[in-house]
Amino acid sequence: MELTRTEIMPGVWLNHLRSDKFKTACMSLTLLTQLKRETAAMNALIPYVLRRGTSGLPNMEAISAHLDELYGTAIEPVVRRIGEIQCLGFYASFPEEDFLPEKPKLLQAASTLLGQLLLSPATRGGLLLPQYVDSEREKMLELLRSRINEKRSYSLQRCLEEMCCCEDFAVGRFGGEAECEAIHYQKLTRQYRSLLQSCPVEIFYCGRAAEKQLADVLRDALMTLPRGEIDYDMGTDVRMNALEDQPRSVEETLDVSQGKLVIGFRLGECMEDPDLAALYVFNSVFGGSSSSKLFMNVREKLQLCYYASSLVDTHKGLLLVASGVDFGQKEAAQAEIFAQLDAMRRGEIEEDELQSARAGVASDLRAMLDSQGELEGFYLSQILDGSECSPLELAELAENVNTEDLVAIANSVECDLIYFLRGEEAEPEKEEAEDGEA
Amino acid sequence: MEKLEYPQLGETLYAATLPNGLRLRVLPKPGFRTSYAAFATNYGGAHRRFRLDGQDVITPAGVAHYLEHKMFDLPNGDSALNILTANGADPNAFTSSGMTCYYFQCTHSFEENLRMLLHFVSTPYFTPETVQKERGIIAQEIRMGEDNPGLALYYKLLRQLYLHHPIRDRVAGTVESIEEIRHETLYTCHKAFYAPSNMCLCVAGDLEPEQILDIAREALPEACAPIPEADFGPLEQLQPVEAFGREPMPVSAPQFLIGAKLHPAPAGEAALRQRLTAQLALRLLVGASSPLYTRLYADGTLNRDFDYEVDFSAGTGTVILGGESRDPERVLQALQEEVAKVADTGFDAARFARAKRASYGARLRGLEDFDSVCIALADGVFNGYCALDAPLLLGALDKAACEDFVRQSLAPDRLAISILDPKKV
Repeated sequence: MELTRTEIMPGVWLNHLRSDKFKTACMSLTLLTQLKRETAAMNALIPYVLRRGTSGLPNMEAISAHLDELYGTAIEPVVRRIGEIQCLGFYASFPEEDFLPEKPKLLQAASTLLGQLLLSPATRGGLLLPQYVDSEREKMLELLRSRINEKRSYSLQRCLEEMCCCEDFAVGRFGGEAECEAIHYQKLTRQYRSLLQSCPVEIFYCGRAAEKQLADVLRDALMTLPRGEIDYDMGTDVRMNALEDQPRSVEETLDVSQGKLVIGFRLGECMEDPDLAALYVFNSVFGGSSSSKLFMNVREKLQLCYYASSLVDTHKGLLLVASGVDFGQKEAAQAEIFAQLDAMRRGEIEEDELQSARAGVASDLRAMLDSQGELEGFYLSQILDGSECSPLELAELAENVNTEDLVAIANSVECDLIYFLRGEEAEPEKEEAEDGEA
Repeated sequence: MEKLEYPQLGETLYAATLPNGLRLRVLPKPGFRTSYAAFATNYGGAHRRFRLDGQDVITPAGVAHYLEHKMFDLPNGDSALNILTANGADPNAFTSSGMTCYYFQCTHSFEENLRMLLHFVSTPYFTPETVQKERGIIAQEIRMGEDNPGLALYYKLLRQLYLHHPIRDRVAGTVESIEEIRHETLYTCHKAFYAPSNMCLCVAGDLEPEQILDIAREALPEACAPIPEADFGPLEQLQPVEAFGREPMPVSAPQFLIGAKLHPAPAGEAALRQRLTAQLALRLLVGASSPLYTRLYADGTLNRDFDYEVDFSAGTGTVILGGESRDPERVLQALQEEVAKVADTGFDAARFARAKRASYGARLRGLEDFDSVCIALADGVFNGYCALDAPLLLGALDKAACEDFVRQSLAPDRLAISILDPKKV
């Protein structure tokens, strides 16, 4: 499987990965734009509004019926944040014709629909329909507000918001609630038209179709895409250092029975020339796997929690450690997390820890070749990094990461913020005081 | 091994039953780098009372899950989890109310990893110390679930539906119930339910089926042990215990689930047919292209957080649908109206044909995912059917059966609704 990359229209890039081992083909279309607080919420809403109706299929019922007709073809809005680049568009998947009795032309049909969703929305007087905009805005607000329901992801999000409070990164992929509330259909239509003109477009396809056939089909489907001056000027502000000399600390209370500790770090100077393979292996040794230092020590040895894990954002240069602990165990867990990082700084990494992490990272990367969804995400991320490394090449690099590489990263990492979510009744001092008064 | 061809799906399945009773399924996947193995026992959180060696055994809630945590310990002090991970494999396990499953995926050394999987799952090693050590970790896992609205709501609904079936209780048990679990309890349950005769091994990847068969033969005990009979109590009535329930929780908007009980069809093709009929009927009634969903989505009653499923587990069958809504009771009312309409006039024939097509495509897509294919194969083995028969059987389903399902199983007196309201702060 070799990825070929071609500009099929001005600023429209086709990334083609031919493979005939899958039963389904996948195709994504992504508009790239700089993530900014002022526009993020509007941009994020656009694919959802477009998915409500096209000029030919004016409502969801019509679109869904058409998708059912196309053997359950799926086309869903996708909004992502890769570093500080906002990526918006659609992800489509449809069965390969060889497995369907009537051999319908699904590639053509799905591409046409994708083009219509992007370019021919249901409009009145040239404007997006206010009822669709209002309805999707309310749903987006419901979605933004619902993030508090899942405490594990909510605490991660809160840590990032606080840590990156002076950076656009903090607004998240869907933008802010206040900006979302202010969305109006006229302004949204202008934003939509301006994105169509200026955004670079990345198309990813993985399936049985040959590149030439695919390019022809897509050029037809996107014929009416207006192309102005393409704005390639976008990037991510990677801050090497913590905001203050000492790690900031943020604590919040909610009605929960388990506390959530999230520690945010800047990856630091190793981000000047990031070594992706080494960062993956570092994360795996530290807290990214079930044989990691955090899992083995914070969970298995000290039994402080059910989970203690780390993740890295190699685009923004961040390391996050998350753990669910009893309120009273927060300090103990935090101390152990720092102790494990210090151990890595001193080079205390066993040969089998290193070997296990290298093998795990390499295996995950190789397994990516068996998942179209993961391949799509991998290549989009690589394209934004300007890297041409394939999963297999990266796997090989991971196998050659050594202890010095990891020690260098550990010493480059700098703690920026410690976030803790605790329960409302978990303030023993206050409770005692109340008892005393009674 | 028996070779089962599915030319329409482009798949060939190899099947065998070993002298020790193990059911083996191998799905060769030429061209894939990943290999996947799932080793499952027909034993889960709901199998709490059973008969073993002529004696009735009653175990506390949470044993199957506790056992799953402790199975990874090897007698020499090693952890199978670490050995597999060190070998580049990605191992894990889950316990549901009806099944415990150990699995891994890897891109090299599959055979070595498979031997380790079969070895550790069939080698019980528990001491009072190692069992005690795990209690804190599992208690934290249980607590984490208490803060999870999805899980809280799911069990709230099951308690409204079921009077006494153990499916009502959390698979992990409670912080109190796991206090009663001793190393002897784990040995007893392992002996009862982890014999090859009660298990199934499902493998997918670019592999040689006969080689997998040889490994399974070598690595597992030879004896064919009798399978204990689980006692889930008397058959439940089809009506819910409590049709309506609501309680506050710190959530942003009301969360709700609507459910109904089913009596599972006997094992075999009837079981598969029942599953497919229920799934297709639900797709037609409340799926993404249904008039009900699209209408409630457009008027703001529902959003994208809405889903439906039918789940058969430990002798139960349950329809569950729900998500987030500003007005869950309106959803229930709309559902009842739609059920009445279908009961009266049936499904539109053109829509029925489209739903079948869409379902076929979705099933084809499901074959890409080794994880879900292998689990579906194992579930099929335990229920007497082959999961790969589903796409073809789907074509043979008739509209009247789907309408009957809606008319009977989703009748007004069969439905229960469970709601979590946002707690005022």
